[in-house]
Amino acid sequence: MCLKAEQINENTKWQDLTEGLQIYEPATSKLFQTGEWRTETPVWNREKCRNCLLCVPYCPDSCILVKEDKRQEFDYDHCKGCGICAKVCPFGAIEMESPGE
Amino acid sequence: MPIKTRMSGNEAVAHAIKQINPDVMPAFPITPSTEIPQFVASMIANGEIDTEFIPVESEHSAMSAAMGASAAGARAVTATSSCGMALMWEVLYVAASSRLPIVMALVNRGLTGPLNINAEHSDSMGARDSGWIQIYAENNQEVYDNFLQAHRIAEHKDVRLPVMICQDGFITSHAVQNITLWEDQAIRDFVGEYQPEHYLLREDEAMAVGPYALSPYCMEAKKAQAEAMKRAKQVILDVADGFEKITGRHYGLFEEYRLEDAEYAVVAMGSVCGTVKDAVDAMREQGRKVGLLKLRVFRPFPGREIGAALRHCKAIAIMDRSESYSSQGGPLGAEVTAALYRAKASAETVNIMYGLSGRDVRVEEIRGIFEELEKLAAGEVSYPEYPYLGLRDGTEDLLNR
Amino acid sequence: MEQKAFQFREIQARQERLAPGHRMCAGCGGSIAVRNVLKALHPGDKAVVGNATGCLEVSTYMYPYTAYEDSYIHSAFENAGATLSGVETAYRVLKKKGKISSEYKFITFGGDGGTYDIGLQSLSGAMERGHDMVYVCYDNGAYMNTGTQRSSATPMYADTTTTPSGTVSQGKPQARKDLAGILAAHNIPYVGQTTFIGNMKDLYVKSERAIYTPGAAFLNVLAPCPRGWKYNAPDLMEICKLAVETCYWPLFEVIDGKWILNYKPSHKLPLEDFLRKQGRFQHLFQPGGEPFLQAFQEEVDRRWEELLARCGE
Repeated sequence: MCLKAEQINENTKWQDLTEGLQIYEPATSKLFQTGEWRTETPVWNREKCRNCLLCVPYCPDSCILVKEDKRQEFDYDHCKGCGICAKVCPFGAIEMESPGE
Repeated sequence: MPIKTRMSGNEAVAHAIKQINPDVMPAFPITPSTEIPQFVASMIANGEIDTEFIPVESEHSAMSAAMGASAAGARAVTATSSCGMALMWEVLYVAASSRLPIVMALVNRGLTGPLNINAEHSDSMGARDSGWIQIYAENNQEVYDNFLQAHRIAEHKDVRLPVMICQDGFITSHAVQNITLWEDQAIRDFVGEYQPEHYLLREDEAMAVGPYALSPYCMEAKKAQAEAMKRAKQVILDVADGFEKITGRHYGLFEEYRLEDAEYAVVAMGSVCGTVKDAVDAMREQGRKVGLLKLRVFRPFPGREIGAALRHCKAIAIMDRSESYSSQGGPLGAEVTAALYRAKASAETVNIMYGLSGRDVRVEEIRGIFEELEKLAAGEVSYPEYPYLGLRDGTEDLLNR
Repeated sequence: MEQKAFQFREIQARQERLAPGHRMCAGCGGSIAVRNVLKALHPGDKAVVGNATGCLEVSTYMYPYTAYEDSYIHSAFENAGATLSGVETAYRVLKKKGKISSEYKFITFGGDGGTYDIGLQSLSGAMERGHDMVYVCYDNGAYMNTGTQRSSATPMYADTTTTPSGTVSQGKPQARKDLAGILAAHNIPYVGQTTFIGNMKDLYVKSERAIYTPGAAFLNVLAPCPRGWKYNAPDLMEICKLAVETCYWPLFEVIDGKWILNYKPSHKLPLEDFLRKQGRFQHLFQPGGEPFLQAFQEEVDRRWEELLARCGE
């Protein structure tokens, strides 16, 4: 019986799916890359950033990580490019870029 | 050690719950099952069991809370009837597809309408496709015995499906009859501790229950659930064997009562089977070859076994206590007839609607049915439709045409 | 209750309990609510998360992808309260029987459809029975999962797919149900109403209080939906601020029956400022819309005054 989410896909046999379609691991959604949805991309300007972290709680996709009290690069695997962070930033340190730019 | 006493069907369930000492029981009162949560609440109030009773505000919440408790790793039971189970309907399916081994005492009562509180199988028959195992009882003894076996069946790794233990409202639930109980320790040893593999509160594992599943997964998940239901048949028999070793009482998927050489048979479930047995005994004394197939397990449906058991009969009356409004008869009629067809049986059949909303059934009426079966086999009568037993239709006919 | 001081930076560094990769729309307020409520769990504490059917459910646990770090259960649309009450009860029994030793918290999420409407009975039952759990409503003011049908949380005059504005219609005729008031009437130890303001202190403090107050707690979080409200998704913070500054969405708590106003705007902004940003109210800004704007303003004023009186302000 295959139990790991990463081994389960649309070709998995019925015998191998988890019982009752339960999952026995945390946070398997990380395996799904919602970054592909993005039409505009937030770009972090480290020079303008004052590390106030205000953008962090406003991200609907938990894509702005904090390590040792410091903001990290965007998680582009999952960022959907909603643009909330750019608007929230008091210092103009996040700009939204379209593919053409 | 057997303990001989007297109890009603509801008391028998409550006593079984006391011996099992389940973890959680959410329930909402509805006639005729109300006594069961009352008895359990009293036991809790007097410190006789550790069960937590959840006095929910509806049956929908009763089944939802049972689902939550079961997924969390607790042994969960509930009790209901009729419209109460109808209100649970949605969650019955969710509980089964989530593979949660909840046990429910169902005291069968007709669904409204008209509003009525008496015995009928329309509640459980309506839920026959919900994915629950359904086990029916003829009397209080069987209710007790079935309930004691339910957790073992539901929790078995080959099954992991919820089970409803059915008894007829009032006729069984409220009538006090002799019963043989067994001592607590023997029962607890038989039922055993619940040790689920995965559960929400497992401290070293995060678990997710109840996903949205896209189409590529649903059909496969349903197949897995259907296979578990098929496997339940053997598990039910194995658990019954274990139960027989302790108590000496034998249970199968159905009971064959003087059926071996019977030419005319009645197929029925629930309390009416006692009445049928009386009729069979009386007619056997006259040398008539009549018998009964008393179905105990309706889900999973033992179609192959039923076909084999009835194959030799000349005429069969299939008794339904639930109108399906299909214009073809009741659910038992449909499924038993299909089983006979697959068994290449040549018996004539008639599907009889009886006992709706608690309508009484008398031994003489069952004898009358056997007599009709003899005529049916001889080609003297025919029943192109499904007759009602004891219906006022302005004729003297036992079965209306 | 053990409540820690609000330390913004420490909180942001905590482990995410709502993982990325869920399928909520870009800019969804619901996921911001869930993330921040769950961040109020103290690091190391265990939780079981419940969920009513809705956007959140179909997006955060689409097989085989769960977005939750903690154990999670979804059963149906209208039974999130009852389902989690079963989990919580199981916890108490298993603890009593010595089968588990860890401390768990129980938090369930529902949209306004699952909370104000179809799940109100189940919620009421769970709260009245006093289970040690938090029910969080992420209120986006319509049935967004099925395509923006009106709910009893939908503000008056909003254009929804079942109360469309048209030549003879100004959108939803009725005003919003006062759910926090209904929950307060259950006499539970904690009720809070909040949204996304500033550095989210209000949301954090209320979430923590709700989670760590023994007994039943309810939290109502205004969670803008860019699609349903028809506003520019990046403007979320501004929309929430306007909801509060116009007193459309006051911030308050009811602790052990005592009503407490958490914020009183020094200059209450006209409701129009909040409505104008949203497409669902655009018909009110067409010629002939003035009386409806006025009626809506009066409704907001009346409720605000009522709240001030309840809070002894």
